[in-house]
Amino acid sequence: MSDPDTRTLEAMQTTPLGLAQRGFCGRVSAIMVGGDHLGVSANEIERRLLELGIVEGASVQILHEGPIGRDPIAVRVNGTTIALRRREAMAIMVGEHDRAAKTVP
Amino acid sequence: MTAIDVNDWRIALVGTPNCGKTALFNALTGSRQKVANYAGVTVERKSGVLHTASGHRVDLIDLPGTYSLRGRSPDEDITRDVILGKLASESPPDFLLCVADATNLRVALRLVIELKRVRRPMLLVLNMIDIARRRGVDIDLDKLSAELGVPAVTSTAVRRGGIDDLLRRIDDIAGKPTGEIVASEWTTPAVSDLRAAQREADRVIGAAVSEPAKPDTWTTRVDAVLLHPVWGMVALLLLLFVMFQAVFAWAEPAMDLISGGFDALGAFSATVLPEGLLQSFVQNGVISGVGSVLVFLPQILILFLFILLLEDLGYMARAAFLMDRIMGGAGLHGRAFIPLLSSFACAIPGIMATRVIDNKRDRLTTIMVAPLMTCSARIPVYTLIIAAFVPNKPVLGILGLQGLVMFGLYAAGIFSALAVSFVANHFFWRDSATPPFMLELPDYKLPQLRSVLMNLYQRAMAFLKRAGTTIFSMMVLIWFLASFPRPPAGATEPAIDFSLAAMIGRWIEPVLAPIGFNWQISVALIPGMAAREVAVASLGTVYAIEGGNEAAEQVGHMLAGQWSFATALAFLAWYVFAPQCASTLAVIKRETGGWRWVLITFFYMLSMAYLAAFVTYRVALAMGWG
Ligand SMILES: Nc1nc2c(ncn2[C@@H]2O[C@H](COP(=O)(O)OP(=O)(O)OP(=O)(O)O)[C@@H](O)[C@H]2O)c(=O)[nH]1
Ligand SMILES: [Mg+2]
Repeated sequence: MSDPDTRTLEAMQTTPLGLAQRGFCGRVSAIMVGGDHLGVSANEIERRLLELGIVEGASVQILHEGPIGRDPIAVRVNGTTIALRRREAMAIMVGEHDRAAKTVP
Repeated sequence: MTAIDVNDWRIALVGTPNCGKTALFNALTGSRQKVANYAGVTVERKSGVLHTASGHRVDLIDLPGTYSLRGRSPDEDITRDVILGKLASESPPDFLLCVADATNLRVALRLVIELKRVRRPMLLVLNMIDIARRRGVDIDLDKLSAELGVPAVTSTAVRRGGIDDLLRRIDDIAGKPTGEIVASEWTTPAVSDLRAAQREADRVIGAAVSEPAKPDTWTTRVDAVLLHPVWGMVALLLLLFVMFQAVFAWAEPAMDLISGGFDALGAFSATVLPEGLLQSFVQNGVISGVGSVLVFLPQILILFLFILLLEDLGYMARAAFLMDRIMGGAGLHGRAFIPLLSSFACAIPGIMATRVIDNKRDRLTTIMVAPLMTCSARIPVYTLIIAAFVPNKPVLGILGLQGLVMFGLYAAGIFSALAVSFVANHFFWRDSATPPFMLELPDYKLPQLRSVLMNLYQRAMAFLKRAGTTIFSMMVLIWFLASFPRPPAGATEPAIDFSLAAMIGRWIEPVLAPIGFNWQISVALIPGMAAREVAVASLGTVYAIEGGNEAAEQVGHMLAGQWSFATALAFLAWYVFAPQCASTLAVIKRETGGWRWVLITFFYMLSMAYLAAFVTYRVALAMGWG
């Protein structure tokens, strides 16, 4: 399992995972929670994402989208699949994979 | 070897959700705690005893799964309190069995690194090694424990012989005296700690695991359909529909058999027992009453079979995924769908399962609406009335009208649950937004025949036990009320008109008359407060006594002759909402820690029941169904 240096990742073009489409394949470059979500602090959201293994360098892929408003999304994080809402996924900044992006499941 | 006199070891199982802790606990202690393929099955602390090969006694504690000791929801609080020894009643465990899903090591090892700070001796158990091996994951066990600084062992909780290595290790541990308890150094991890721990976990994995990052292709393929934006929803609806249709249609042969058996038994008892009170008690009280409930065993088992299969396959988390936005629209947490789906079996485990919901308001709302979901105790009531009043016409060729009405009643339960939570959120909490939803979608697993059968057997036994205790005692009560006092000599009216039951029923009747209920229903609702299906049995007894001994018919036939269609419909509407279950109210009190929510739930449900029955009755009368 290669853990690319986060500094090189920062140089890549990054977007929030919350805006990505099904089939998107990339790597987490940063976790940046915009603000508090209804009584749940930004810090708490960040911790929850980290506890699910969503850290800088983890590879992510959007496998499925929910039926209403393409929300929530099912994201494969390294080996496991996690369902989360797009609103929380906005905090996950991702850089697109160079080649893997073409391989839509 | 003679066992040295040492203290019993207290060993706690701890790990991320759905890694197989309870499956291991059951295998180690021979218990039968609930195991299912989704995160958040265990929400309580459970203990059991294990005797090792060399005769040591070990107390094993099973805990709810958690990603961290931070305690974000009531179930995770339990795990934290036990591990850190925060409970006044017990000391912290002597030893931690850290269970990890071998197919999902990243998150598990991060937790292990956090747990090291608790400073308790530990053993890492790489469970589900069978699946990991099948997928070609190659783990260098020695290297892993060296890098991690924690001894490790592999296991397969669900196969015979799969826990032999683990048992040997526990035996070794239990042979030594328990060490002094060192103070824990655990502190709430900051985000930087979490990042560092994850980096460390990834480093260990990089060194010891050659993981061909090959996800489960089977799961991916199935999910392409079941989580498809359109087909996924179609599949979910179809699934629920088939489930309710099956409950109604498939059970019929078995039910006919049972009810035939009870009819024969009733007839037999009439021939051997002398006419009089004893015969009436056996025939009307016991056979008509308890029998009328036992008939529904096949239906209840079919429903449980469906729910068990969905839980074991791993569909529950998928249903929550599909329903998240719809639940969110009603102000509920996406995770709330799992407790609500469990409530189809019974509201009690459903209410307990709300412990996984971290937001307090969401949890309370879910607890409040869980009893609206159609639980299995309503099945006897619905089936009986539907069978007696709804013709079994085919609709659209393949569907039965009866099954369709049943589905409608289930739908009424679901929609009213959503509506109530919508109202609660928008008018009482005044907070329409929903907190974050993050849920692991586990890989599908094939259910194991043995454990499914075992579970069904347990359910059947629980149902029979209820029939033998709660239902039976209520039957004795209602038989007594309906039989005493005896009519005076020379009375021409039916004997039951002089009974206590008639007096009580007539006393309540004025309140329930506007919704179309007669005195017999009124009195049957009283024991029906203990449990819903008791009302059916009570009606059976009351009408059986009223009709005299020669009328030992089935309850359904009797009702069809006595009630108007409007009354039958009002009765169904009442049962969609009525809070007729003492155990549910007791659990609400325990889970919310007071009477407040019990009273709120009771009265809102009662008002809705009355209102729904009233409207139904009036509309039905207007349609000329009186
Ligand atoms: N193939 C295989 N399946 C397993 C093994 N251990 C557990 N399972 C399955 O994994 C699922 C989860 O098991 P549980 O024992 O309920 O998991 P848990 O850790 O107690 O889960 P929570 O109580 O939710 O934290 C169930 O479907 C089990 O049948 C194993 O070693 N091999
Ligand atoms: Mg468990």
